[in-house]
Amino acid sequence: MSVVRVMGTETEYGIHAPSAPGSNATLLSSQIVNAYASLTRQRAAGGAETRWDYSDEDPLHDARGWDVPREDAHPSQLTDQPAVLDAEAVALADGPLETDGEDPLSSMLMNMVLGNGARLYVDHAHPEYSSPEVTNPFDAMVWDAAGDAVVLAAVRQIAANPGLPDVNLYKNNTDNKSVSYGSHENYLMPRHVPFGHIVSGLTPFFVSRQVICGAGRVGIGQDGRGAGYQIAQRSDFFEAEVGLETTIRRPIINTRDEPHAVADKYRRLHVIIGDANLSQVSNYLKMGTTALVLDLVEAGEAPAIEVENPVASLRAVSHDTSLTHTVRLRDGRQVTALDIQEIYLEAARRRTQRTGVADPASGDGHTAALLAKWESVLDQLRRDPAGAAAQVEWVAKLSLLEGYRQRDGLDWNDARLGLIDLQWSDVRPEKSLYSRLLARGRMERLATDEQIARAAVEPPPDTRAYFRGKCVQRYSKFVVGASWDSVIFDLPGNRRLQRVPTREPLRGTRALTGGLFERHDDAEGFLAELLGGQR
Amino acid sequence: MAAQEQKNVSPRTDEVEVDDDVATPPPAAPQTSEATEGVDDLLDEIDGVLETNAEEFVRGFVQKGGQ
Repeated sequence: MSVVRVMGTETEYGIHAPSAPGSNATLLSSQIVNAYASLTRQRAAGGAETRWDYSDEDPLHDARGWDVPREDAHPSQLTDQPAVLDAEAVALADGPLETDGEDPLSSMLMNMVLGNGARLYVDHAHPEYSSPEVTNPFDAMVWDAAGDAVVLAAVRQIAANPGLPDVNLYKNNTDNKSVSYGSHENYLMPRHVPFGHIVSGLTPFFVSRQVICGAGRVGIGQDGRGAGYQIAQRSDFFEAEVGLETTIRRPIINTRDEPHAVADKYRRLHVIIGDANLSQVSNYLKMGTTALVLDLVEAGEAPAIEVENPVASLRAVSHDTSLTHTVRLRDGRQVTALDIQEIYLEAARRRTQRTGVADPASGDGHTAALLAKWESVLDQLRRDPAGAAAQVEWVAKLSLLEGYRQRDGLDWNDARLGLIDLQWSDVRPEKSLYSRLLARGRMERLATDEQIARAAVEPPPDTRAYFRGKCVQRYSKFVVGASWDSVIFDLPGNRRLQRVPTREPLRGTRALTGGLFERHDDAEGFLAELLGGQR
Repeated sequence: MAAQEQKNVSPRTDEVEVDDDVATPPPAAPQTSEATEGVDDLLDEIDGVLETNAEEFVRGFVQKGGQ
């Protein structure tokens, strides 16, 4: 195996309406979903505002082999219920709502399945984009960036509406006032891999991974009050080594076990420790290196190292931009985060050389490039971290901040540095400082704007996301619900809904279903052939 | 002069600086190399992009929970 694996990302965007302070976050988030729905309705007859099918969600199942009783779960863990939100509950949780005796959310859309196979919805008090399933880290980076294009379109739509206050979205992970929101990754794994091996193989990797894919943060501590700069947005918010929660007592290894696929064959590893990335290289490496380490875990070849005090070590690594801090391993060695990354790189090199997947001619076409980029970034960070500013997000942001500090003599607690940190991730290119650097050629590009724009409307061809996306694109009038592993049709003249399961992530591809879509402009003929062929 | 410099370094900008609104340059710029000129130019551009009243803007960015 290799970096080729079914994977996907989830991004919760920070949301802010500066001209309407104190606005209800859930209402603003639903405006984003509704704005995008109204846009896609203009593009495709019948609209693409497909509802989510919750019947397969199982958020309280723990990968270690048990279920958390519903009554013991934190309310935010009950993600298997549609966001039936009444005005009172939302106002209590997320700030005041203006009501004229009528529930302003009753007519609002909270959930969409998009024509590119993604999901756009309101999660807690943020708009969230969950990318379609892809098969490699390059596509994962592209369809993750496509989410930024999707929400940007929604932001523009709201800005064009004189009746609504402008809404800004930020692809970051903290408000620097004790709140963090997630950027999650998902990786498909065979069910038979013991979960304990995943924990032991991944923990040292996650403690050190931030040096290549941290997004950088001004402020130390959950409330950001400590003066200074650190490597990752999320590190100060992790308080446990292993656990089911994602909103409280966040664990380095999350045990949520909802495979959204054939459950006795697959596990979906839900990774909650990463930062949302704008840097294409950091994002690509984040997912590609993790896929390689999972491959090592599955083969029983993960480096046999164990970090002492992983939670404290995670923070200490994040707080040291010189990359010289050492953490203690159980065998007594003192190593830096870069040392740990190189131990994993070495193991991945050995394994991929043996399996041949990284061969330039006969390999899988992805692993060789990933390994080369990983190695070159680690080498640069070891020689001179500042030299990695075009690739590594925290270094790029730090370099910009240091420019301001030198020019204007600013202390780390100066509000302007906090603003630069925040505005780095504004999704509007004219406001995003990351985009300014990209436009000047100071950030390395792996994908073109055209590739990303296309991914915002087209599904990846090589997973079931193709089937989901094409159903929404072509037959949305008759698609009444969809989820990761189903598409539900309501055909006129049929008294029952027709649920098409998509429980195999690598079926429903263009190769397998492209002809079927081409042969049928109408949903009835499409379903008749699809279901006829299945029997 | 400031506007001229900017034009030379970033010909692709489509916003035209208006001369009479040029902010007073920082006093006595210290030694400049090519590298720092590039950075200065970048910082000038970003000055024009940053939200006004940093303190208020940052204070107002309050989020309600999340995963």
